[in-house]
Amino acid sequence: MPAVTETLETVQSVTEGGYKWGFETDIEMEFAPKGLNEDIVRFISAKKNEPAWLLEWRLKAFAMWKKMEEPSWAAVSYPKIDYQDAYYYAAPTQKVKPKSLDEVDPELLKTYAKLGIPLKEQAILAGVEGAGDTPADGGRMPIAVDAVFDSVSVATSYKERLAKDGIIFCAISEAVQEHPELVRQYLGTVVPQADNYFAALNSAVFTDGSFVYIPKGVRCPMELSTYFRINAKSTGQFERTLIIADEGSTVSYLEGCTAPQRDENQLHAAVVELVALDDATIKYSTVQNWYPGDAEGRGGIYNFVTKRADCRGARSKVSWTQVETGSAITWKYPSCILRGDDSVGEFYSVAITNNRQQADTGTKMFHIGKNTRSTIVSKGISAGRGQNTYRGLVKISPKAAGARNFTQCDSLLIGDECGAHTVPYIENRCMSAKVEHEATTSRIAEDQLFYCRQRGLSEEDAVGLIVNGFCREVLKELPMEFAVEAQKLLQISLEGSVG
Amino acid sequence: MLKIENLHATVDGKQILKGLTLEIAPGEIHAIMGPNGSGKSTLSYVLAGREGYEVTEGSVTYKGQDLLAMEPEERAVAGVFLAFQAPVELPGVGNANFLRTALNAVRRAKGESEVDAIQFLKLARARMKVLNMPDDMLKRPVNVGFSGGEKKRNEMLQMAMLSPTLALLDETDSGLDIDALKMVADTVNSLRGPTFSALVITHYQRLLNHIVPDHVHVLSAGRIIRSGGPELAQELEATGYAASVAAA
Ligand SMILES: Nc1ncnc2c1ncn2[C@@H]1O[C@H](COP(=O)(O)OP(=O)(O)O)[C@@H](O)[C@H]1O
Ligand SMILES: [Mg+2]
Repeated sequence: MPAVTETLETVQSVTEGGYKWGFETDIEMEFAPKGLNEDIVRFISAKKNEPAWLLEWRLKAFAMWKKMEEPSWAAVSYPKIDYQDAYYYAAPTQKVKPKSLDEVDPELLKTYAKLGIPLKEQAILAGVEGAGDTPADGGRMPIAVDAVFDSVSVATSYKERLAKDGIIFCAISEAVQEHPELVRQYLGTVVPQADNYFAALNSAVFTDGSFVYIPKGVRCPMELSTYFRINAKSTGQFERTLIIADEGSTVSYLEGCTAPQRDENQLHAAVVELVALDDATIKYSTVQNWYPGDAEGRGGIYNFVTKRADCRGARSKVSWTQVETGSAITWKYPSCILRGDDSVGEFYSVAITNNRQQADTGTKMFHIGKNTRSTIVSKGISAGRGQNTYRGLVKISPKAAGARNFTQCDSLLIGDECGAHTVPYIENRCMSAKVEHEATTSRIAEDQLFYCRQRGLSEEDAVGLIVNGFCREVLKELPMEFAVEAQKLLQISLEGSVG
Repeated sequence: MLKIENLHATVDGKQILKGLTLEIAPGEIHAIMGPNGSGKSTLSYVLAGREGYEVTEGSVTYKGQDLLAMEPEERAVAGVFLAFQAPVELPGVGNANFLRTALNAVRRAKGESEVDAIQFLKLARARMKVLNMPDDMLKRPVNVGFSGGEKKRNEMLQMAMLSPTLALLDETDSGLDIDALKMVADTVNSLRGPTFSALVITHYQRLLNHIVPDHVHVLSAGRIIRSGGPELAQELEATGYAASVAAA
């Protein structure tokens, strides 16, 4: 099939030139000394002015991490990581909080402008006090943003507006200061310190991330989002996010991320914990766009992430939606512990690997409560020499009477040097539970490309259209504005894959 | 308008077209009939530029340009439209989105402004009414789960919206009931005019009762063995292809 051969050739010719977020901001930074030891853990904790209990918590995690082994079961391969050859703390030097746009470091401003954060938000993002309550342009529904730049949150918008509803949305370092009781009550209760190697590392050295608390019965009036930016060289980003939705509350949260284009690999090991109490709903969406490395596999982010939701309350619901387009290696399994009776877990995923990218991603659904339901829809797209693995676990405990799971895993291959793998584990120990699994693997057919081209579409647009069609069920779960972004991103990720 | 000279083409190394010559003037409708496997679909794919259909000899000139040197999408936006014998399914791709993308590609090439979603819906709905298509067919994914008749209607909707200068209809009438057949004919007739030419591939005289062609050709083993007026179609309907093939 000549069309496919051509597709294949051009997929290989993709270079890092397609990554539009690969610039570096030249800004005065403060670093902790390179390497990882107890002193570094203490340094981070002191920088954040943390209470003693949290330092103890970190040190305990660090002690456990030292005894743990890096996991090797995922279908990804990479050279051994030297944990001593990285910085664990890097933050822009900021003497006082700027009061007006003029006082904000222009480099920081430029960074957000280049990343395409709208101007209004840009003012807010850069930490200008008072700008946080300005209505968004054109009456559009505003999005509250927490901007994390390397190891620190540089600003959070709409905080005051949200506080009117009793909603807390701030950097987790700030929550530790302002709401220590909440942080202490929930931190590590979904992902314990020793949960896994990367979670233990994160627990020891996490620097910033977002904290959200939605009070009882409150429907969060706007989308909340965090934008993660890795900027500094040889620096790992270890963010920690904690979201608590109290009884009967609802929140939709989004995260986005980018990093400069570099020959070195940088580590991103995040932990996200979600807690949903009775009748609460959390919708968590991710558009992951870390630097993927170049065509030969040089550079790119190692994205080792632990995300888990605890549906603690009856009738609670958590929905994970992820569009994974970036990173050299992705290792993440956003999961749901369906503890509450009638609780619902959902996982919608698009993972795309091009060139030498590797993704091992999926979900775990633990059915514990009665009549718990879960839905898994995974769409893997492999191009170039990309390797894409769906790994999922559906575990149904004997007590989960009436539990239901439906899993759909579809893989799309572009070219014949890439790979798609599906590894679904099912452990059903309940007679009355029902588990369904469907899987397909397909290729973009020559007749589909020809049909589109005969109607006047370029080959590149045709591939974009077909890929977006393949991902439709997942993309429609994203909040409107993100869905448009994600569609463009999918196309960019395959840029040069044809024509 | 279209000038095909001594066209030879192979598929997978197999010689299918063996010296086909045909000229279509602006505004003319030509019908091609012929036994199964004679190369009718191959001809339409070669004209549309499908990969794998290799021209080994001969030339095709379209509006004075070397058609064979153009990419499939360049031919499409230059006004060549192929109504597929077997329209292709595009899972998850909305019919409206697909058709608007195609329409805007053609409009851009003509130097016309693109249509937005609202303008598009207006245009499409008006056409669909004529074609007796329900509105919800715009929302469904392209050809997925469409019945045979619906797929052909959808091809006619696309053709009407893109208003080509050269339409290639590959057995669009096959498998259609008499009402659907009339719909195909009406669509072609509505486009008929000095700037619209068509090559209508069919097995049946009955379509040609509704689309009266200017010329009828019989294709056999990759060559045109007979040409005539509309009466040739009637003769073939009565006697079959065998007599013509034997006489050739
Ligand atoms: N992809 C292909 N590979 C090999 N032979 C083919 C291919 N496509 C068509 N053919 C052959 O070419 C000949 C003409 O086919 P086609 O153009 O489809 O005929 P028609 O449309 O007149 O029925 C047939 O013998 C058919 O088997
Ligand atoms: Mg045919």
